[in-house]
Amino acid sequence: MTLAARLRGPGWYRAAISQPLSFLFALGLVVLVRALYGYDPLFDWTAITTVALLTMPLGFIVGIGCFDYWFRWASGAPTIPEDHSSHGAKTWWDYFRVNTDHKVIGIQYIVTTFFFFILGGLMAMVIRAELAQPGSQFVDPNTYNGLFSVHASLMIFLFIIPVFAGIANYVIPLMIGAPDMAFPRLNALSFWMLPTAGVMMIASFFADGGAFATGWTAYAPISTETPIGQQFFTIGVQFAGASSIATALNFLVTIITMRAPGMTFWRMPLLVWANFTTSLLVVIATPFIAGSQFFVLLDRSLGFHFFDPAGGGDVLMYQHVFWFYSHPAVYIMMLPGFGIISEVISTHARKPVFGYRMMAFSLVAIVILGFTVWAHHMFVSGMHNWLRVPMMITTMLIAVPTGIKIFSWLATLWRGAIHLTTPMLFALGFVTMFTLGGISGIMLAVIPVVIHVSDTYFVVAHIHYVLFGGSVFTIFAGLYHWFPKITGRMYDETLGKVHFWLSFVFFNLTFGPMHLVGIDGMPRRVADYAEQFGTINALISVSSFLFGLSFLVFLYNMITSWRRGPIAVANPWRAHSIEWQVSSPPPIFNFDEIPTVVGGPYEYGVPGAVHAVFGEKPAPRTVTPAPAGGGGSPPPVE
Amino acid sequence: MRLLRRRPMLGLVLVSLVATIVGIALVLVIDWFPVQASTAADDIDLLYDVLLVASVPIFVLVMAVVIYSVLAFRVEPGDLSDGEPIHGNTKLEIVWVTIPFIMVSLLAVYGWVVLDDIEASEPDALIVEVTGQQFAWSYRYPEQGFSSDTLVLAKDRPVEFDINSGDVLHDFWVPEFRLKTDAVPGITTKIRVTPSRLGNYDVVCAELCGIGHSTMRSSVRVVSPGSYEAWATERKRRKEEQDSGADAGGGLAAAGAGAPVGYVFGVAGGGG
Repeated sequence: MTLAARLRGPGWYRAAISQPLSFLFALGLVVLVRALYGYDPLFDWTAITTVALLTMPLGFIVGIGCFDYWFRWASGAPTIPEDHSSHGAKTWWDYFRVNTDHKVIGIQYIVTTFFFFILGGLMAMVIRAELAQPGSQFVDPNTYNGLFSVHASLMIFLFIIPVFAGIANYVIPLMIGAPDMAFPRLNALSFWMLPTAGVMMIASFFADGGAFATGWTAYAPISTETPIGQQFFTIGVQFAGASSIATALNFLVTIITMRAPGMTFWRMPLLVWANFTTSLLVVIATPFIAGSQFFVLLDRSLGFHFFDPAGGGDVLMYQHVFWFYSHPAVYIMMLPGFGIISEVISTHARKPVFGYRMMAFSLVAIVILGFTVWAHHMFVSGMHNWLRVPMMITTMLIAVPTGIKIFSWLATLWRGAIHLTTPMLFALGFVTMFTLGGISGIMLAVIPVVIHVSDTYFVVAHIHYVLFGGSVFTIFAGLYHWFPKITGRMYDETLGKVHFWLSFVFFNLTFGPMHLVGIDGMPRRVADYAEQFGTINALISVSSFLFGLSFLVFLYNMITSWRRGPIAVANPWRAHSIEWQVSSPPPIFNFDEIPTVVGGPYEYGVPGAVHAVFGEKPAPRTVTPAPAGGGGSPPPVE
Repeated sequence: MRLLRRRPMLGLVLVSLVATIVGIALVLVIDWFPVQASTAADDIDLLYDVLLVASVPIFVLVMAVVIYSVLAFRVEPGDLSDGEPIHGNTKLEIVWVTIPFIMVSLLAVYGWVVLDDIEASEPDALIVEVTGQQFAWSYRYPEQGFSSDTLVLAKDRPVEFDINSGDVLHDFWVPEFRLKTDAVPGITTKIRVTPSRLGNYDVVCAELCGIGHSTMRSSVRVVSPGSYEAWATERKRRKEEQDSGADAGGGLAAAGAGAPVGYVFGVAGGGG
């Protein structure tokens, strides 16, 4: 291919050209507008940076080729017929192209998000090094504030939320018997928006005045006053959010319209239910954080007064809008994990999920209740006092559907035939650690307690029990579980177990003691702290370094197993759900013939039960499937 | 293991009971909180202990079932057997919806009662205006008409803090009092405290407010009522002296009265 053709066609060459062009466009636009208004100076670098932060990511996405088909179609040019030649990935380079295959996109998501997970983790290591003893050691306070802000933002917006989208991207179409997602081009666009957001957040370290340093919460009015680095968050979140919303829409349409024949809602695996409910949360809630950051952007860039009391603004409004997204976001980061755990426990304990329908209903209950609790993040914010007690009650009520899930997983284990594989270990680690996170969550709902512990290390401990002991353990469980399906090779079981035990032990040694220092009076988000907390912080830091090292075991296992691991059979776990009935990795178009679903997904131990059959006609049923719900005749537990 | 498989419930219950007792003893032995220096602290610490005690059996139950299941129902790799196809049990599900519901409802009611108690308004409260400004706290005693950059309170005398911010969000927190609230630009937030223990305590900023957030500290001294009166009288006298001095210097008193708290009155430490 000639260079000119390369520059015209979609890909990295064109993206490389689009970067300076979109920067020049931003510069020209700002200079033009300032000239027309007669502003001085003509070159305002803050304004130019702000506009460039919008145009350059868009330029990249256009350059890489996400819009080519739509542009041709919209302009009346002949579209390039989809011959599926870009499906699948033959070399590693194929993962760096716009690809509409959901399996390729799934892997792109997972690898990209783990890249940002590593960066965020390294920042955590610097944070712990700084906190290893009182006083100032390695970084100045401004850099420190930037480090924990970028750490949290990467972990939330670039790791936990999108890695679940990645796992679901790979697994969901296979699970419901669909050849791909409903909107493959939108799927590719969703993915390519993501790295732009991550790169932007990391690039903020090179901005004048340092990275955004107001936490991932970016509370106004400090976020409207800090240096330009804040814009990298304000705008980066828009791209991560848009990516998230587009993916969620895609999942909703895929799950509603593309289920295989016979796959009723009550025959869907719980991972599908989990992503269905998560997607509802995303499409309803995510626009609120987009709104809150647009308000900040307008305050910063155009002199609006949304959060400036002197101009009639209302500081608390930011927190209400922000948490109206960010509390549901907690469930966006947890429900897909619940789905993974149901798959893993049921499969590796060889038992039907206990109370399947209640498991699905409790997901729906969490979605609804999740929108009624946002102000429990604001118990000491100075909001109306009357709002606190209702929010305390709704928050505590969420423990009920969450409890249903925990107890049902326990009952699923009971009298199973438990295979203590790595995914199962992580699932059990999740159930126990998430229970601890839930317990501290209940404490954080009780207003008199939270008046003391809010904004302390108790909250830091809680969030890491919920997001690491909770979400990240489910991510590890899911990755080990589907690793043979995705790569066609087996991971090393011994290394997997070493990884689990190291991370389980050092996770607890790192975050457990944070409860103590928090209650004892150590506020969070501080570069320096009182002498009395020195010893315990030194212990936390040492544990955290070992905790960080445990991740290397995982990384080594994943990389070497992917390259040289033993070839995996199609269904190493003898699971019933559809993704295991095709080869590992699956054929490029998933199914040579569309399966027909004839029963529930978890009928382990039911003689002759199958979930799906392949072939023109469904096989005659030899057994009556047991009822999928919690009601009725099955034998009692004890 | 065979006994466990035949009578799993019995062993499980026994082990859980022992673990619950040990767990409750453990969480009660741990010294979680800083010293109690306000009347609210006792109520809050007790509430926290109740929450802990209620949490222990839940956590023990989960741990016990997980560990027990792994011990009793684990199979070797390569074992092709399945578990029992138990799909659900309505009675059991009703139980584990009802019991948590009752538990959290009771705890919510208890939490509400404690909240009402600690926020009950006390007559004859001393009003102190607190202002957070990057990166320092300042205090004004409006009834006595003077300001200070340290906080001095009388033991057993109820105080109402009227909290403001001069720039961004801050959070006024005295861990030993167990009470905190944000300082919000544009509105005044209030908390009430009755100090109950003599001593020096840190005032901590608990809301991220910028580069100096971690060093935005001040201190509060709780002194005997007599010492407090002496300190307040001394402060008032100095303030009057300063005002008359300022008058002579060209009418700064008027400006001083309306100036941001902590601006003119830099007499550090104070008597008392």
